[in-house]
Amino acid sequence: MDVNKNSYTFIFAASMVVVVAAILSFAATSLKPMQDRNIELEKKQNILSSIGINVSREEAENEYEKYIKRELVIFNNEIKEGVAAFAIDLSKEIKKEPTQRDAPLYIAERDGTKYFILPLRGKGLWGPIWGYIALEQNVNTVYGAVFDHKTETPGLGAEISTPIFMDQFPGKKILNDQGEFVSIQVMKGNASGDYQVDGISGGTITSVGVQDMLDDCIQSYIPFLKQYSGSAATAQARLGNEDEVATIE
Amino acid sequence: MAEVTETVEKQVKQREPLFSKKNRKLITDPLDDSNPITVQVLGICSALAITVKLYPALVMSLSVIFVMGAGNVIISLLRNLIPNRIRIIVQLVVVASLVILVDQVLKAFVYDISKELSVFVGLIITNCIIMGRFEAFALANGPWKSFLDGMGNAFGYAWILIAVAFFRELLGSGTLFGYPVLEKIGVYSVGYENNGLMLLPPMALITVGIIIWVQRARNTKLIEEN
Repeated sequence: MDVNKNSYTFIFAASMVVVVAAILSFAATSLKPMQDRNIELEKKQNILSSIGINVSREEAENEYEKYIKRELVIFNNEIKEGVAAFAIDLSKEIKKEPTQRDAPLYIAERDGTKYFILPLRGKGLWGPIWGYIALEQNVNTVYGAVFDHKTETPGLGAEISTPIFMDQFPGKKILNDQGEFVSIQVMKGNASGDYQVDGISGGTITSVGVQDMLDDCIQSYIPFLKQYSGSAATAQARLGNEDEVATIE
Repeated sequence: MAEVTETVEKQVKQREPLFSKKNRKLITDPLDDSNPITVQVLGICSALAITVKLYPALVMSLSVIFVMGAGNVIISLLRNLIPNRIRIIVQLVVVASLVILVDQVLKAFVYDISKELSVFVGLIITNCIIMGRFEAFALANGPWKSFLDGMGNAFGYAWILIAVAFFRELLGSGTLFGYPVLEKIGVYSVGYENNGLMLLPPMALITVGIIIWVQRARNTKLIEEN
């Protein structure tokens, strides 16, 4: 048989592709449940570590039940019923206008204090970056933040998921004195004050990605959170007067 | 003269034991004389990137050993069927599917490691050692020989990786497989400190360089004549 005939080459290539596709799709489908489980546990781990609780993957499930008291979905400053917050695919939501998003919100309680945990997602240099930021009850002070990435450059952009970068966030503020949302800036060195953190040298695009992500993802929560924590603090009905709530701080 | 050796070879081939001297050489050569990393300087990129700790280095090594062994056997079995004009594409498809398989298995069973190895598992595809062995050896030799050759080269890659990771983890973090060896010995109490530089990629290059140096010092075959 002449293996260099054109027809043979085509047949060989075609059958090779079919065989390989069959093997790979079989492997992918049969391993999917285990992979999804890993991803789910990792998400719980990440959510927990934003309020400073670092647990192993095995413990994540139980600890999550213990600390996370409520999972909400916010749509247009209102709680949206009938949607599971945990299952929301943030990568789809961030493509929509901020007012059109189903925004998940996790309310955690640690040592008797409530924290709001906001999921974040944005663009790095090579791929998506994401994270969780925990706000204190005044909807202003950052309690903790975790970031992760898919394919940022190791040693440069990938440093956003290291403690050196993440530990800068606790204590920072996201609202100015007038109670307006100003987010946190990721600076090229010389960060100072309550609204700035140092970026990663050599990882500028990823650093800017983090800054944009914070700005884009937190903003839409602010009115709701002010209302929510305000109404909880004053036991008022949810009136929705933002300025009034802001002064409660 | 050449004819004589050829006929001798033919006779030997008929009843060559599985681990004949020549076959053993297929395994032992890449460990030292033709080591893919230190002599051929292939696959350096991953050797630098994932040798900060022993465990990922071990997982990476096992992945390469699997891909290399299986890939060489597959290519060798298909060697008479592969159309010459698309052989590189066929090799790529074989190595790519094996790598995806490895990646999927790692994601399901050792998720943390797979995250740590991240792109480098996928980059096994572009590891020149693998394509090089497919093209240079498996296409021209039988499955058993190709398997041995694959194992030899993969082990040659693996032992360098593990040696580098051993020193980097021990001197950089003071641990081995996460176990705090140096703390247990008690060297910290006499003022020893971990060398953070060992954790950075440049030190991997220097460690590989030192291994090459030691290897060339004791293996005179490797020294070029000027």
